Amino acid sequence: MVAGRENGAARKTLLSTVEAPPRALSPAAERLRARFDGSPLGDRVEVRDLDLPTVEVAPDDWPAVARFLRDDPECRYDLFIDLAGVDNAKRPGRPTRFEAVFHLHSVTRDEHVRAKVLLPDGAEPRLPSVVEVWPAANWFEREAYDLFGFDFPGHPNQRRLLCHDAFVGHALRKDYSPGQRWFFAEEDLRMPAWAMDTEEKAGHFETQTISIGPSHPATHGIVHLVARLNGERITRAETQIGYMHRCFEKMSETHTWNQVIPYCDRLNYVSAMINGVGYVRTVEKMLGVEIPDRGRLARTILSEFSRIMDHCVNIGTNLVDIGGLTNFWYLYQPRESIYGLLEACCGARLTVSYVRVGGLAIDVPEDFVARSRALLESIPKFVDDVERLVTRNRIVRNRLGGTGVVSKEQAIAWGFTGPMLRASGVAYDVRRSRPYDFYDRFDWDVPIATDGDNFARYLVRIEEIRQSLKIIRQALDGLPEGPVIGKVPRLLRPAAGETYHAIESPKGEIGFFIVSDGSARPYRLKIRAPSRWTATPASSATLRIARKSSTSITVPPACPLVFSRQTRSTISTSYGSSGSRAART
Amino acid sequence: MPLFGKGKALPAHDSSAAGGPADFLTTRLDTMVAWARSNSLWPLPFATACCGIEFMSVVSSHYDLSRFGAEVVRFSPRQADLLIVAGTVVDKLGPTLRKIYDQMPEPKWVISMGVCASSGGFYRAYHVTQGIDEIVPVDVYVPGCPPTPEQLMYGILELQRKIRAGEKSRDRRSAASGEGSRFVWSPGERTAPPGKPS
Repeated sequence: MVAGRENGAARKTLLSTVEAPPRALSPAAERLRARFDGSPLGDRVEVRDLDLPTVEVAPDDWPAVARFLRDDPECRYDLFIDLAGVDNAKRPGRPTRFEAVFHLHSVTRDEHVRAKVLLPDGAEPRLPSVVEVWPAANWFEREAYDLFGFDFPGHPNQRRLLCHDAFVGHALRKDYSPGQRWFFAEEDLRMPAWAMDTEEKAGHFETQTISIGPSHPATHGIVHLVARLNGERITRAETQIGYMHRCFEKMSETHTWNQVIPYCDRLNYVSAMINGVGYVRTVEKMLGVEIPDRGRLARTILSEFSRIMDHCVNIGTNLVDIGGLTNFWYLYQPRESIYGLLEACCGARLTVSYVRVGGLAIDVPEDFVARSRALLESIPKFVDDVERLVTRNRIVRNRLGGTGVVSKEQAIAWGFTGPMLRASGVAYDVRRSRPYDFYDRFDWDVPIATDGDNFARYLVRIEEIRQSLKIIRQALDGLPEGPVIGKVPRLLRPAAGETYHAIESPKGEIGFFIVSDGSARPYRLKIRAPSRWTATPASSATLRIARKSSTSITVPPACPLVFSRQTRSTISTSYGSSGSRAART
Repeated sequence: MPLFGKGKALPAHDSSAAGGPADFLTTRLDTMVAWARSNSLWPLPFATACCGIEFMSVVSSHYDLSRFGAEVVRFSPRQADLLIVAGTVVDKLGPTLRKIYDQMPEPKWVISMGVCASSGGFYRAYHVTQGIDEIVPVDVYVPGCPPTPEQLMYGILELQRKIRAGEKSRDRRSAASGEGSRFVWSPGERTAPPGKPS
């Protein structure tokens, strides 16, 4: 099988990277090497070939290399994916104790690259901030400061992101005890400095600073938005998070490879299955395990059902916020029937813990195909009804259309992925650009919209539900008999090395960067959360959330929704004008 | 021998027989009030994590919490008398939870939904509160990760039973001493650092 060969190759790569002797580079890494050789930076970077092309660089050279990686026409790594700190204190043989590992993506060339900044020993770990190169790096650098104590000179707002303000020490360092808590009281809560001084002058008579959250009816999940309002407009805002920091990464370091799976389910509990698939796929890639087709397809089917559930919640809660409670309750019915299917498979509704390294824990029930087909019959009716109620509704159009507009350039700069990025006109979907499982064999489309507003995001999600149904139908047709789990040793010990693997979650790219030291537990596990970063803009810029004027009621022109069959050839169709479905390529 | 109470059928009302036994009942005012309160709980969902999603299932049409008279979900603590803490509470959120609890008018009850809220669950970690009873007194603990909707309903029925019986764990905890709430600690009693912070 093709994927099996890939896994084998990946394993060989990993085994050989422990000592990392100079070897022949892969074409991608070779090209990168050639680009750097042709630039003044050539002798200051080391290009390696791990599971991704990897650039190693010293902290002083990092800003120049970062700019080169973003701007060079042959690189163009413009989408910031991830920043992971690594503490090598218990991993001997590494050149330095601390490493900052960046993952970047090129939208134009559809490729990932890794950049490693080795922080010299003997001083405080320090590397220049690259917020000016990639604005998305803002919160990642704060996270690394919080959990590793990396210092980022030049960062506009370097303070803790996740842990509370009375926290002492840096939790993900290897010498920090996993269970050490610190007392936090209300007076320790630090608000942004600008929120403290009042801004009262002529023309600003309505200005007020309010705290939205952490417990607020409109916060689905707990987020804290400190906002300054001038009438209905937010003139300045800062998002505070960390109210749900449950120490997943530290916990995974204290559990065996298989014990991490239940923690993964609780990362995005609205579609728990998909996180587990992302994690075990990464471990499978490290181990070179072959997954039987039945297990792989069953995973795909349940993942796509989970995607539908997730979109149902997203659309439903969005409509609740603008006063449409009906859809929320209505969309819960397909969710309940999907819960029924998951419960029949594994016994749990929400946090399934169903995947295992190599496949699935147990086989799907006998009536799995029949039940799934029944769901395929019933779900479209709900989607159609919601669309009939919402898509042409002028109240919805007015509330969602033209609000929260994010342009294509902004979306890339802020590191959006998933439906948020696709609603801004970028057809980046991990299932399409780096297909895993059988996504390259299914016939499906990547819907994108170009307006970049809330309404476009709604349209993209609705269409993704239909595409998921299409994928499930094909997967059910091809579901073979046979085992659901491959041959996997009882005690997992992936070879020492590091790997990054990402899949498409309903909210965007969910990536796992895992460092193994060859033991029974992950040495370091960094998750690239898909949607946390979409809250960054509210921190760094003024994003218009309320409409400028609520008096003019005009239905905006039909929002163009575009389908991308291949990632780069797009055909635009008008959407929703006649009530018929859009023509597809 | 009370005419009204658990297991007792109320006398049938007969409008033709004026002055008959159906025109009055004898009970204690406390019992009557507790009966009314137990059947009109207004929950405030302090939904933080996975359990919050299951709570949404409980109030939505399939499980329909209104069958038990507890469906009027209020997001303002001043309008609620039942705090359902659904999901993990981390240390950063502790003061918020306490503030919301303090803002609720008496009488008030707390349900801890799920193992994270009850004990920290499997997050034995540096940023997770090991049970919300460090912060607020709890009346009913509902186990599960997350609890199924049936489990939460059972928890609410148990709470109704407690209210009707006049029990309140909060009386014992907070009235006797300040124990149980970590917010009565003096600032000098904070956790000592584990040696030199790195």
